[in-house]
This record gives sequence, C-alpha cells and structure tokens, in this order.
Amino acid sequence: MRTRRKGIAAPYLIWMVVFTVLPLLLVIYFAFTDKQGHPTMANLYSLGSYTNVFVLSLVLAVVATVLCLVIAYPISFMLSRLRAGRQGIALMLVMLPMWMNFLLRTYAWMSLLERNGLINRFLGLFGIGPFEMINTAGAVVLGMVYNYLPYMILPLYTAMLKIDSSIIEAAEDLGAGTWHKLWKILLPLSKPGIQTGITMVFVPAVSTFIISKMLGGGNFWLLGDLIESQFLGNAYNYNLGSAISLVLMVVVLLIMGFTGGFGQEDIEGVI
Amino acid sequence: MAKALKRVYVVLLFSFLYVPIAVMIAFSFNQSKSRTVWAGFTLDWYKQLFRNSAVLQALALSVVLALVSALIATVLGTMAAVGINRMRRRARSVVMNISYIPIVNPEIITGVSLMLLFVVAKTALSSIGGGWLAAGLLGIPSLLVAHITFNLPYVLFNVGPKLRQMDTNLYDAALDLGCNQRQAFFKVVLPEIMPAVFSSFLICLTYSIDDFTISYFTAGNQQTLPIAIFAMTRRRVSPEINALSAIIFMVILCIILVANYREDAGERKRRRNKRR
Repeated sequence: MRTRRKGIAAPYLIWMVVFTVLPLLLVIYFAFTDKQGHPTMANLYSLGSYTNVFVLSLVLAVVATVLCLVIAYPISFMLSRLRAGRQGIALMLVMLPMWMNFLLRTYAWMSLLERNGLINRFLGLFGIGPFEMINTAGAVVLGMVYNYLPYMILPLYTAMLKIDSSIIEAAEDLGAGTWHKLWKILLPLSKPGIQTGITMVFVPAVSTFIISKMLGGGNFWLLGDLIESQFLGNAYNYNLGSAISLVLMVVVLLIMGFTGGFGQEDIEGVI
Repeated sequence: MAKALKRVYVVLLFSFLYVPIAVMIAFSFNQSKSRTVWAGFTLDWYKQLFRNSAVLQALALSVVLALVSALIATVLGTMAAVGINRMRRRARSVVMNISYIPIVNPEIITGVSLMLLFVVAKTALSSIGGGWLAAGLLGIPSLLVAHITFNLPYVLFNVGPKLRQMDTNLYDAALDLGCNQRQAFFKVVLPEIMPAVFSSFLICLTYSIDDFTISYFTAGNQQTLPIAIFAMTRRRVSPEINALSAIIFMVILCIILVANYREDAGERKRRRNKRR
C-alpha cells in the first residue's frame, strides 16, 4: 500500500498535541511557577499541609475499590457462565443503571440516606435508628461503589469469558474445594480483569469531587474538591491547583504501573 | 445451601442497583415535595419541568453540542485511523500512546488542563488585540473543543481494529481496477468500516451528553444538561429532578431495548444467510 496517504492523520495529531499534550505541559508549568510566572517550588512545598486530604482520598478510594472487587467478582463469574442467549440480557440489566447520569444516581442516594430518608424510616418501623448516614465517610464510599461498580464488573466478566468451564470441572474432579478452586484457578485466570477493574474504579474514585460534595456534605474534602476549589471555587489559585493535579497524575501513574494499566482490548471492551 | 446463598446475593445486588432509581421514579409522581412521605399521585413535577427554561436550554445545548462534537470527532478520528494504519510501527505506537492520555487521565485533570489552556489563550489573545475573539472563547467554543478532544481517542480505538481486520488486497484491487485513491477509499474502504464509524458516532453522542466533569471546567457561563442537573441538586430539594431522572431512564431503556433487538435481528439474519 502506498504510504503517501498517512498525512490524513495530521489533523488528528495536531489536535491531540494542541488540546491534550500542551494543556498537560501547562499544568506542569503552572505547578512550578508563582502568580507572576516566576519559577518556584512553593506550590509543591505547601502541599504538606494537605497531607490529610491526600490520605483520606487514598483510603476512601482503596476501600471503595476493594468493596467493588468483592461485590463484583461473584456476579461477573455467574454472568460469564450463563447460556449465550441469556448473557446479553443479564449484562444489560447490570449495566443499565450506568447509563443514567452519575449526578442523578448520586442524588438518588442523597434522598435515601437522609436523616428522615426512606432507609431511616424503614428501620424506624422496627424501632431501630435513626442513624446518621448522609455526610459520613461511609456515604461517600457507598456513592463510589454504586457509581463505579459496573467498571469492575465489565472487565472481570470479559476476562472470565475466556476461562474454559472444563478447567474448573477438571479441578473439581481432582478434588479441589471451593476455596482451592478460587485461589488456584479462578483468581490467576481472571487476573487481567482484576487489574483492569482496579484501575478503572480506583482512578475515578481517587479523583472525584462530586460524590464527596453530595454525599459527604462538605465534611470530607478529597483531592478532587481541593483541585476544584483552586480553579472554580473561592480559593482560586491556579498554581496550587496545578501542583495538586500534578501529584494526582503521579498517583494515578503509580497505580497503573502497579496494576499494569489496561490494554487496548479493555478499552474496546468498555466501548 | 449454596444455591440459596447465590440467590440472596443476586437479589441483594439487583436491589442495590435498582432501588435508588425506582424510588426516584416513584417519587416523581408524589404530590408533596417530600422525598419520603407519599401524599398522592400527580404529574405536576413533569409539567414544571417542561416549563423550566433553564433545563430546556441546557438540554438544547447538550444535544447540539453532542451532535456537532460527535460528527467532528468521528470524521477526524476515522481519518486518523486510516492514516495511522499506514504508519510504521514506531510512529504508530507514539500516536497510540498520546491517544491513551485522555482515556487514562482522571477526568478532572483533563478538565482542569483544558481550562488552563483556554485561560492562557484568552490572555494571549487579549494582549495581541484579539479582545473580541477572547471574550467569546470560554463558553460554547471551549465546550466544543473539549468534547471533541475526549471523544477522539474512542473513535480511533473503535475504527482502528476494524481497519486492521480488513483485507488490504481489496484496496489494492480497487487501485488496479482504475480507482484513484480517493475513489478506492470511498467505494471500498469506507463501506467496509462503516459499522465501526457509525457506532463510534453513537458512542461519542452518549459520552458527550453524559459528561459533567470536563464540561464543568470548560463551560464558562454556559450550562449543559449535566451542569444544570448539578445546579438543581445544589439548590433546595426539587422533585423536578426526579421527573427528569424518570424521563432519562425511560429514554435510555427504550434506546437499549431497540439496539438489542436490532442486534438480535441482525444476528438471526446473518445466521440465516450462512445456512443458505
């Protein structure tokens, strides 16, 4: 084939350089300069006073990711073992809530978790509660799990589809118990799905600012809230905001280095 | 025992997924403003929603933005997929790595970095006397650029594999039979990859309509539908949100059912043709 036509990728390349690479370079530039544009390390040094925000973000995101993995693993396996004709419908049922805008999904939980919300009223029928549920760390984690659970189910399911049922049967025939099957067969074979799932849940969870705002009631400032307040909120300091963004990017890169990120196949699976 | 446990787990999981949405839809018909006490059936919130000009304007902007950005992203992305398919391996891997950036980066970083770009561009334009250009930059133009940017890689990753599956001899044959390169592309290559191009367009549409985070940082004073929803959740409680959720849920349900049905029908047809 002739090579002359590869020039038609040029508009795309220019677009990506101007609107993806250049903006990230700007983030780095702003992170290392002050408001007058002089080079400085002050932004990065001042991050020390936000250690608690970093720790809280990481802890909540890790807890949410682990919960997602535990909740999603069995259903993903069940989905992958269904008859081919049923898989489509079952998968659609699992993914359907994800098509709702995540603001609406989070809002739904706001009204359920309120002090005189439905859950507390329901518990009240049995003389329990009311519990303080909204504006707690638990509510924020719940919001993360509810919003990002499908991101865990989908890659797990895709990885498990490739596991041949006869391998599991062979293990059973050879006397493997439930736990043995899980540790020696399922987990190793579904490892790529687990890695992708962890990345796809952890990255949005560690960088969210909406879930913490809506379900945490402003009591739980996360990295995302900190960044947002520097760019659109009342703190208004692009340089500091850029420094925090830079650190967030490093955190995400570290996680992806740890889990191996995700391959092109996974991206195709998601879309 | 194991079977019962399995059933309990599935029931719990699906309740977890659907109860919040079901409650929201139910309370969209509630006469009182309360989110917990049922006071009787009404359609008032739906009527109010359709008279809410902020929401309607936001919806219009979201739809136009989605159509335009999806169209541009699909065209640019398809062109890129064709061009990249012909690159040498090293050049291709560089391009692919750049294309991963918007997908793997947290949305907030994409939003914030684009916002910085627009703010810097605005200052630069004003200082060289392009004040009239700078004034309108943050708003619909920046939203459009942002949406095209986060959609482009998905087109590339959707169309690229389809191109690689294609038999390259077909293109060469078209050239041998006297097509010029343009004709060969439009008559041979494009029809072959059209399903992927079309599905890319649909993916872009949904991502664009659904996006909140990136739009939030690049919208200036404009309101897309998700931004309007966010504004509604921040203000006092309004059951209009429930009504809006119910409508959106029903629309999505219909689209997915139709898409599934068509897929099934296509599958059946293909099987029938094979048998012949």
